[in-house]
Amino acid sequence: MAAFSVRMVHVLVLWLAVCLSGTWAVDKGNFKTCDQSSFCKRQRALKPGESPYRVLLETMELTNTRLTLQLINDNNKVRLLLELYRLQGNITRVKINELKPLKPRYEVPDVLVREPPTEPLSVLSQDENGVVLSLGAESQRVIVSARPFRLDIMEGHNVLMSLNSRGLLAFEHLRMRKDTQAEPEAEKKDEADPANQAETAKEEEEKVEEGMWEETFKSHSDSKPNGPSAVSLDFSLPGVEHVYGIPEHAEPLKLKTTESGDPYRLYNLDVFQYELYNPMALYGAVPVMLAHNTKRTTGIFWLNAAETWVDISSNTAGKTVFGKMLDYVQGSSETPQTDVRWISESGIIDVFLMLGPTPKDVFSQYASLTGTQSFPPLSSLGYHQCRWNYNDQEDVRSVDAGFDEHDIPYDFIWLDIEHTDGKRYFTWDPHKFATPKDMLQGLMDKKRKMVAIVDPHIKIDNNYKIHNEIRSRGFYVKNKDGGDYEGWCWPGSAGYPDFTRADMRAWWASMFAYDQYEGSMENLYTWNDMNEPSVFNGPEVTMHKDAVHGSWEHRDVHNLYGLYVQMATADGLIQRSGGVERPFVLTRAFFAGSQRYGAVWTGDNAAEWDHLKISIPMCLSLGLVGISFCGADVGGFFKSPSPELLVRWYQTGAYQPFFRAHAHLDTPRREPWLFGPENLALIRDVVRQRYTFLPYWYQLFYNAYRTGEPVMRPLWVEYPQDPATFAVDDEFLIGRDLLVHPVTDEGSRGVTAYLPGKDEFWYDIHTFHKHNGAQNLYIPVTMSSIPVFQRGGSIIPRKLRVRRSSSCMEHDPYTLFVALNPQRTAEGELYIDDGHTFNYEKKEFIHRRFSFANNVLSSVNIAPDAKFTTKSWVERIIVLGASKPSKITLRTAGE
Amino acid sequence: MSGQYLVLLFLFGGVFSVEVQRPRGVPLSKRPLYEEDKPFTCLDGSRTIPFDRVNDDYCDCQDGSDEPGTAACPHGSFHCTNAGFRPTFIPSSRVNDGICDCCDATDEYNSGADCQNTCRDLWRKEKESMEKLAEIAKEGFLLKQQLIQEANRGLEEKKSKLTDVQNSKKDLEEKVEALRMVKETAEQPEKEAKDRHLKAWEEQKAVIRMEKDKARMAEVFLELDGDGDGFVSVAELLSHSELDQNSDGSFTEAEAQELLGGVDKLDTAGFESIWSKIKEKYMSGSNTDAPAPVEPPQEEVKEPASDNDSEPYPDDDNPEEEEEEEDEEDDDEMDDGDYKSPPPTETHEKKDDDEDGTMPPYDEETQKLIDAAQKARDEFDEAEKSLREVDDNIRNLEKEISFDFGPSVEFAYLYSQCYELTTGEYVYRLCPFNRVSQKPKYGGSETNLGSWGKWAGPEDNIYSVMKYEHGTGCWQGPNRSTTVKLTCGTETVVTSTSEPSRCEYLMEFTSPAVCQEPPPMSQEPPPMTSDHGHDEL
Repeated sequence: MAAFSVRMVHVLVLWLAVCLSGTWAVDKGNFKTCDQSSFCKRQRALKPGESPYRVLLETMELTNTRLTLQLINDNNKVRLLLELYRLQGNITRVKINELKPLKPRYEVPDVLVREPPTEPLSVLSQDENGVVLSLGAESQRVIVSARPFRLDIMEGHNVLMSLNSRGLLAFEHLRMRKDTQAEPEAEKKDEADPANQAETAKEEEEKVEEGMWEETFKSHSDSKPNGPSAVSLDFSLPGVEHVYGIPEHAEPLKLKTTESGDPYRLYNLDVFQYELYNPMALYGAVPVMLAHNTKRTTGIFWLNAAETWVDISSNTAGKTVFGKMLDYVQGSSETPQTDVRWISESGIIDVFLMLGPTPKDVFSQYASLTGTQSFPPLSSLGYHQCRWNYNDQEDVRSVDAGFDEHDIPYDFIWLDIEHTDGKRYFTWDPHKFATPKDMLQGLMDKKRKMVAIVDPHIKIDNNYKIHNEIRSRGFYVKNKDGGDYEGWCWPGSAGYPDFTRADMRAWWASMFAYDQYEGSMENLYTWNDMNEPSVFNGPEVTMHKDAVHGSWEHRDVHNLYGLYVQMATADGLIQRSGGVERPFVLTRAFFAGSQRYGAVWTGDNAAEWDHLKISIPMCLSLGLVGISFCGADVGGFFKSPSPELLVRWYQTGAYQPFFRAHAHLDTPRREPWLFGPENLALIRDVVRQRYTFLPYWYQLFYNAYRTGEPVMRPLWVEYPQDPATFAVDDEFLIGRDLLVHPVTDEGSRGVTAYLPGKDEFWYDIHTFHKHNGAQNLYIPVTMSSIPVFQRGGSIIPRKLRVRRSSSCMEHDPYTLFVALNPQRTAEGELYIDDGHTFNYEKKEFIHRRFSFANNVLSSVNIAPDAKFTTKSWVERIIVLGASKPSKITLRTAGE
Repeated sequence: MSGQYLVLLFLFGGVFSVEVQRPRGVPLSKRPLYEEDKPFTCLDGSRTIPFDRVNDDYCDCQDGSDEPGTAACPHGSFHCTNAGFRPTFIPSSRVNDGICDCCDATDEYNSGADCQNTCRDLWRKEKESMEKLAEIAKEGFLLKQQLIQEANRGLEEKKSKLTDVQNSKKDLEEKVEALRMVKETAEQPEKEAKDRHLKAWEEQKAVIRMEKDKARMAEVFLELDGDGDGFVSVAELLSHSELDQNSDGSFTEAEAQELLGGVDKLDTAGFESIWSKIKEKYMSGSNTDAPAPVEPPQEEVKEPASDNDSEPYPDDDNPEEEEEEEDEEDDDEMDDGDYKSPPPTETHEKKDDDEDGTMPPYDEETQKLIDAAQKARDEFDEAEKSLREVDDNIRNLEKEISFDFGPSVEFAYLYSQCYELTTGEYVYRLCPFNRVSQKPKYGGSETNLGSWGKWAGPEDNIYSVMKYEHGTGCWQGPNRSTTVKLTCGTETVVTSTSEPSRCEYLMEFTSPAVCQEPPPMSQEPPPMTSDHGHDEL
């Protein structure tokens, strides 16, 4: 008996340990590694330098807009068609598809804003080794090498980018399924010499490898009726040591090399309690990577919506700083180089090479392809108060009243899934939210708004109108056997509307009409969650890849699903107002192009200091690939923050684009006034700071909408020649003129901020102290400190009269903060419109440029064809870095 | 409470506001600080400015005092005269923000907001509700006096009952001692008689056993003596590998011989001498090579079914809930071992009975003694039980008497009562000073939302809030707890429940016991009806 009880103690201890470690960490076993994803494993096993692809130069066709060439795989004689386009704005597009695929392969629709306009290509020279094409005026050329196939993009004597330089192009052609038979694996050792290939021209038997025709993961099997269909291509970036982008990962800004672990994975997944510093896939995917060095910024946009893995390697990655210096001193011949390899499960290769040369050129190049950030309603740049869940109308009323009582501004209060009648979206709980219009009217009376959640999983219930309509119209995604696909989600058994169908999206949009969505009003907006899509009982908590969307498999469209959900929802909000009002829709899943439809947040984070820290690089990475309207749940979703962490998170979130506090159902309440008067005062103060900067935020979003430039930027974007900025991700810029170094450490007594720019001044926005650029500045901090600096040379418009909500501040006057640079000049802009309609498209706005030089501040209309009147005025001008004037004169035009 | 004071102020404000001019947003009391023909000094003394910069919609003073009537200063405040109602201050940020804050609409003088003067309405409504509240308070306070009287009476009763019970306890204790003597006296002869009977039975059993053993030995001898020569030989023994002495798996000739006491074979007499070494292991029937089970097959072992004399669960409010949690912890192995198997104490006797037949019934005389002793035992048990009950009674009375039922014992009537409220999904049950629970309306087990913790109101009104703690635990969360807010009412009812934070419940509860004596309702003068507040500057 004694032995027995001892054993029991062990069991108990073990169980506790499992429980403790399991509670807050992601269950990695639920998600595939590259090794468990058969195409990734197959492709990653390829060795560099053995490319079987050869260009058939005689097949070259050159029209005014494109070049086509056939490639042949000498191992199996399958031919590919390569298309090469020169696009307007210094972009080269390379498309590779099978010349004659057994059936069409998926090409991603609806992501490009239009068929990109082309520019003429011309042949510079041609011989049996390849072709040289001119990419226009800037001495840019594309060299197509025939044997093996390789593309090099040159500018002058410099190679900007090479494709298939490591020979990892792979294109699994569609094939008939051979019945499983043990085929002798053809050896191909004597084909090592490519010269012999013409003679040994026997077609290599295709190897049938495990996982090509069927794959199982945990208890889920993927039937793969089309067999293997992966595509892969490698890119070399000579001279590049820093690459960025390919969100969404809980990773630092500068991407890491992946040789020692898994590649970065792009596959939209609902990851429960995600782990930081890990290349695992998260909720969204933007297959865009930026490469940067002091001379140039370029970008690669891999337009493929299937599961994708990105490998990164670098010849300098292993070297220490000292090693690099040694190379430099000794004039080591090896230039740094980063190699990147993309692997996707299906579809085609369709890649856009954005050739910069500046960061802003790349942003505008990418924007020309996928569009820019939608211009949000001004109010959505205010503060959002969310919780899973505000329980009932009385709860909403009392939280709303709490903000007035404690004099904290806010614009939106949010309702999570519990507001619905049994998780039936577009409905209200009949007891808790019996009179939603009364509630919304109450908010409207205070010029405030609400967001209610609408998820894409639809409860299967014959008494639910939405379900009946979708089913009777045949709008649900189908399973592999042709029936409606069913999965398990919040409401229990649920169907998933096929958002890839335009008619489905149009119908969905119509459901937001005021007469369809009962209880909705014009101040009710929408939040799309779970749109990866999340399927609790599906493989990797998402939809089966062999589910069917019309003629395509879910495999082909997976990463697009979330984009379509947000697209249809945003359309609905536009349509309900007759096209007048701007929508606001928050999404968790996203893809390239999602910036056109609203805001994104970083999903279900946790109340931990590291999660606060990672919110910065996560949003910076999104901003670099077009998605500016980004934020993280303030306070952390899971777990309960200490008051210190909560305050620091408010201080950080107030300076990030999307500013929303959110909390899990199981956490204690955390409205700002629940942590004592001191913390209340700290939170109130920083929320108010946010509101004073709203004119600046709004102007930056207008700029993002116009140009594609990110609102929240890494330092290197503005200081591209300063290597010290290249990996900085504990501070960031808002626009060009505000530098923020949030305090993200517990018990911090000080932070060291890097102030960039050799000839710059930076002014502390609180104390107005002036600091020189190009230095690491130690800043002692207290709980009230938020190190934020305004760049000398800038003029930032602010509204210092903070009111209950942004709408209440509409007619208030501006204060101009003029921060002088060493030349005693400064410049800035002011953009004003009605804040909520599309009338800005009809030129109803004011856009002015302020400049300060020779002690004169002048204001110029930079949109003379636009018209708008405002009751606002400039009430105050604060000049930083100037001495007290003896006299001030005010002049208006005509005087 | 403070109503009277306020009413006076209204009068005051009314009278003077007719005549006095003051800048917009300035309360009458600060009027002297804003003198139109003199430079204005910020009220914090920080600065002096020309008077035309007061209310010019630009903030000059740190404290906001130069802009009492505009939204220009971040920390300023605006005074609503609210003629006909109660004057108030609002933050300057609410001036001209398009939202009506002052009931006299004076805060929205330039925003285009369509604000109506609602002061008179408000006053009427407030008056009505104040009157209603006062009515309730009055009635409730009367009820409370009754409650206090009853409680005091009840308390006295309980105290006297306690004395009675304490007295009766002494008698009972004596009775118990007397009965114990009787019992012990009766048990002595009973024991002796029973022992005699048992001993006789044991002897008889020994004889039976010995005979059985002999018969068995003879049987085994015949079985072993395969060739029927009247001897058991080494070879014959070897076919029974279960007799392997050192249990090493092989039963050798040497071992068999050793078993036979060093000789090659034994006759029946010789066999008797080694029988004791064999009988435990020996198995009848021809043997296979398979290793024999170590234990001889017992005659069916009757595991005692769990007796009903011990509770299967520890004494707890909520066995089902407990079990659910255990299940979640996924260690059923453990709790099986924990308290579900009572130690088998009486099984010996039963086994013997089964093996060797039944003990013959007691003879008449012994049975008489037993019956007499049993009667004494029963009487003693009965008396002891009564004593325990009395003890419980005393404990309960003492607890109730010493319980904190409020300064005037006004909450005593809630003791051992329960109040329910049915909502959409649940039936909530508040048993004051005991526990709060929640039960799904349409079936399902009850959840403990907390057991009586303490009075938890603010220091000056500690009896306005009850706290119930340590309810059923929440997944990844704290134990459930409930805060009960008491307000004055003529009836004792749970009026609402909510769960503002996960697993933290809030209950509103009305009771006359919290009603305070209403201030004597004076015939207050009607509120000011004139609209003429003041002239703006």
